[in-house]
Amino acid sequence: MTKPLCGEDVARQIGEHLPDVVTEFDESAVFVPSKALFEVARFLKESLEFDYLTSISAVDYFEHFELVYHLTSIKYNHSVVIKTRCDKGEKGEKSVKLPSVVSLWRGADFQEREIYDLMGIAFEGHPNLKRLFLWEGFQGHPLRKDFRTFRTGLSSHLDKK
Amino acid sequence: MALKTEPVLINFGPQHPSTHGVFRMRVTFDGEVIVDMEPIFGYLHRGIEKLAESRTYTQNIPYTDRLDYLASMTNNMAYVLAVEKLSGIEVPERAEYLRVIMAELMRIASHLMAVGFLLNDMGAFFTPLMYMFREREKILDLFEMVCGQRLTYNYMRFGGVSHDIPDEFLPALKRFIDEMPGFIDEYDQLLAENEILLARTKGVGILPPELAINASTSGPVLRASGVKWDIRKADPYSVYDRFEFEIPTGKMGDIYDRYWVRIQEMRQSTRIVKQAIAQLPQGEVRTKVPATLRPPKGEAYGRIETPKGELGFYLVSDGSPNPYRFKIRAPSLLNLTVLRDLVIGWKLADAMVIFGSIDICLGEVDR
Repeated sequence: MTKPLCGEDVARQIGEHLPDVVTEFDESAVFVPSKALFEVARFLKESLEFDYLTSISAVDYFEHFELVYHLTSIKYNHSVVIKTRCDKGEKGEKSVKLPSVVSLWRGADFQEREIYDLMGIAFEGHPNLKRLFLWEGFQGHPLRKDFRTFRTGLSSHLDKK
Repeated sequence: MALKTEPVLINFGPQHPSTHGVFRMRVTFDGEVIVDMEPIFGYLHRGIEKLAESRTYTQNIPYTDRLDYLASMTNNMAYVLAVEKLSGIEVPERAEYLRVIMAELMRIASHLMAVGFLLNDMGAFFTPLMYMFREREKILDLFEMVCGQRLTYNYMRFGGVSHDIPDEFLPALKRFIDEMPGFIDEYDQLLAENEILLARTKGVGILPPELAINASTSGPVLRASGVKWDIRKADPYSVYDRFEFEIPTGKMGDIYDRYWVRIQEMRQSTRIVKQAIAQLPQGEVRTKVPATLRPPKGEAYGRIETPKGELGFYLVSDGSPNPYRFKIRAPSLLNLTVLRDLVIGWKLADAMVIFGSIDICLGEVDR
């Protein structure tokens, strides 16, 4: 069985090695401030040997976004969930930024592009940050909760002012 | 006068028989050799993740059929497992066994298609594929018996499966499972030592294990590179811990190994089905679940080993009948991460075979 690591243990280990990073935790996940995300990710990959990035998910909670990183260690067969929050800001989509983890896990490449496309979160340091599914020039980011949908279907043209 | 040469850019797809759907590549050539490749997605993007947010949990089961439409049963299974994890629903034992039987039959059917189309891409036009279709047809007949559908099954439910199997199912299944190893031997005789197949696949498109892990590949692509990682063993779900089976792994990580791993997995799947038939208990196939399911506030990540790799559903519930977030971790999309690395340095004809050996389904890539 893959053993899900307790959030507290991982948070303690992060605290020992990266004393500047303030983390919170609950039973299953560790909450990391978005500024320290890359450092924590590198620590998890290089020191705790989480070699496999299972998935990255973004959730829109209206006032902030939550990014959920599911990590697995194939060597030790255990897993951990890392979460980070980023505020939406007032200037709209341009201000939502997070560090990219592509340089650590190549598997993040398409997933970060997908999140950029559908949620509108820009990943700094991504080598090729373009929309993945929708075309360039599409108005808005459909997976955001405030994206306008119509009974007749989605239409990007109706969003244009 | 010095000859001036420059790289040639060729657009490939989305409408092309070798792209297995609507996949597009922009390939840059230096002469005949590929120097760069950029995959372009989105021609089958239907926004399933967004659609799912406005439908109830039960209404979303048919949507999962439309992800990897060559392996709908396993998509159903991954989703219902995630919802059961989210709301703590128990599944009767008979239903667990039926799920395993269906999932393993689906694996055989999907691998048959993968191998058949791979040979198609190599130029063995439709003859091997028709052999594969012969057996896939029998599996589809079995599925038709239990749920009335041949492609999009919508068979699994929260807390079990939609129907118990009819009386004529088990004899037909037993007949098929007894015949199947013979059919696989037949493929082996036809293909495994075929000179053309060996020349086109041995040593072509090598994926090193470090890259395979780093790029989050899963399923036969990962195992062909020699990484022994199968969620059925590593993180057993349903009743997989009660069966004996092996995880075939490749040595080189080339196209041949990816082909070979799939053939071996079909043998292992028949083994699992055989054991499941022998152990199949009597009893209920479905627990009572409210018609409008309202899982408690929270989140769950459910994952299974589908024929293509690790399919995961990350569900967030806010206590309402609709999922707040419905995220699909699609193995086909993540397996394509390595495509660029694999095709660089090879010719266009090889690129097609490399692409075929990854075995993607565009319904799952674009969602």
